[in-house]
Amino acid sequence: MFRNQYDTDVTTWSPAGRLFQVEYAMEAVKQGSAAIGLRSKTHIVLGCVNKANSELSSHQKKIFKVDDHIGVAIAGLTADGRVLSRYMRNECINYSFTYESPLPVGRLVVQLADKAQVCTQRSWKRPYGVGLLVAGLDESGAHLYYNCPSGNYFEYQAFAIGSRSQAAKTYLERKFENFTDASRDDLVKDALMAIRETLQGETLKSSVCTIAVVGVGEPFHILDQGTVQQMIDAFEIVGEQEGPDAAAGQEASAEPEQGAGAGEGVAPMDI
Amino acid sequence: MNFMASKQPENSLLGPEADSQRTLYPYVTGTSVVALKYKDGILMAADMGGSYGSTLRYKSVERMKSIGKHSLLGASGEISDFQEILRYLDELILYDNMWDDGNSLGPKEVHNYLTRVMYNRRNKFNPLWNSLVLGGVKNGQKYLGTVSMIGVNFEDNHVATGFGNHLARPILRQEWHENLSYEDGVRLLEKCMRVLLYRDRSAINKLQIAKITEEGTTISRPYSLKTYWEFSAFANPAQGAVGTW
Repeated sequence: MFRNQYDTDVTTWSPAGRLFQVEYAMEAVKQGSAAIGLRSKTHIVLGCVNKANSELSSHQKKIFKVDDHIGVAIAGLTADGRVLSRYMRNECINYSFTYESPLPVGRLVVQLADKAQVCTQRSWKRPYGVGLLVAGLDESGAHLYYNCPSGNYFEYQAFAIGSRSQAAKTYLERKFENFTDASRDDLVKDALMAIRETLQGETLKSSVCTIAVVGVGEPFHILDQGTVQQMIDAFEIVGEQEGPDAAAGQEASAEPEQGAGAGEGVAPMDI
Repeated sequence: MNFMASKQPENSLLGPEADSQRTLYPYVTGTSVVALKYKDGILMAADMGGSYGSTLRYKSVERMKSIGKHSLLGASGEISDFQEILRYLDELILYDNMWDDGNSLGPKEVHNYLTRVMYNRRNKFNPLWNSLVLGGVKNGQKYLGTVSMIGVNFEDNHVATGFGNHLARPILRQEWHENLSYEDGVRLLEKCMRVLLYRDRSAINKLQIAKITEEGTTISRPYSLKTYWEFSAFANPAQGAVGTW
């Protein structure tokens, strides 16, 4: 995108009927590190790539528990994401207090979208620079939504956002027809595979990714690194016979050399 | 020195004028509501009387109303406050329907909402002078609960308000069991209502029985119970208790 005379504030339309500030906000989402989500009839898995600024620092938290039955993964300006997570947690807890019942995720998503829309129509505000993958359960089953800075929201069977998410989306598009009836563990495996696609050849290990699960009878929780690594080991080494994966397979065998350097250097600050 | 007296906004509850706006006593009241769970859902009974103190003034007051798709509300106490509660619930259900998204508030949610309303009013010393019974069925789950004017709430297999607690619930404790048929449930409720009719001076012999199941709510036409006044104890009530009246 190039600068133009209609992109200074969010309340200016371009002659072509575009709001450039909103589109720039969506760019911010595309620049953030990847987050993916996929769902079956009873479970939803969220995953994200954690990139620490340097070997000395910890990575940013990108997956938030909103309630026992709702969680969110973000991509983009994580500070905006944190603020929106706090809003979502507040809404959920107020609803639970009044009705002693969990807030249906579809309603939370609409409230979130309306909140984002407000920022696209006030001259003294700016759009939130974060995309949210909202995973939650309600009466009608498991749901995965994507909330945009524009105030739009969509429901998905599977989706990926952030940088290099196209690679994950391609993988998900190939596999999504199986997701509805997949088991919980298969769903997590597919999430890990999708994350691996976004790493473009880098080794997949539990220190670079975070996985969270929510499902019927399973409250939202982030899987601990040990479990994730076990799943990676169980699924990855027995690689698939597909083109891009063969290359990744070779890199995996070179892992011990890379692992000693980069792998152990990342501080285990995963909460 | 003359200080300007501070003005309260018109709707505040502080200051001397405010007392006329708080509920201090009830005026037109309904008496007991009795309800129980049965095989297919909930049965609830209430008479149609609205008393004005000791006068049985209004005799066609409907004290049970259906709420949304899944709930039934019965109320005793101040009738105007019951009407106010129906307005609150009307708005609640309206907004719930406006989401148009396949989710709907069930009896548990309505019960808890009412608990919050009653308790918050009590905290402001401006109660809604009612005892409410909320029953319903959603997704096969039967629900029956009650809320009082001070915000006390609980669920049970059978509940009652006012005199019903003292006269009807002992009967229900003895004779209620899981999976009552519709006929048995009605018979049991009528037994309770008959005792209340004999013994509660604000009861009238014109009642309705309401049923709520997964399919929906039905409130019966008003009818009356057969009574028998020739019991010998009624003929000579002071016999066993000299000095009574």
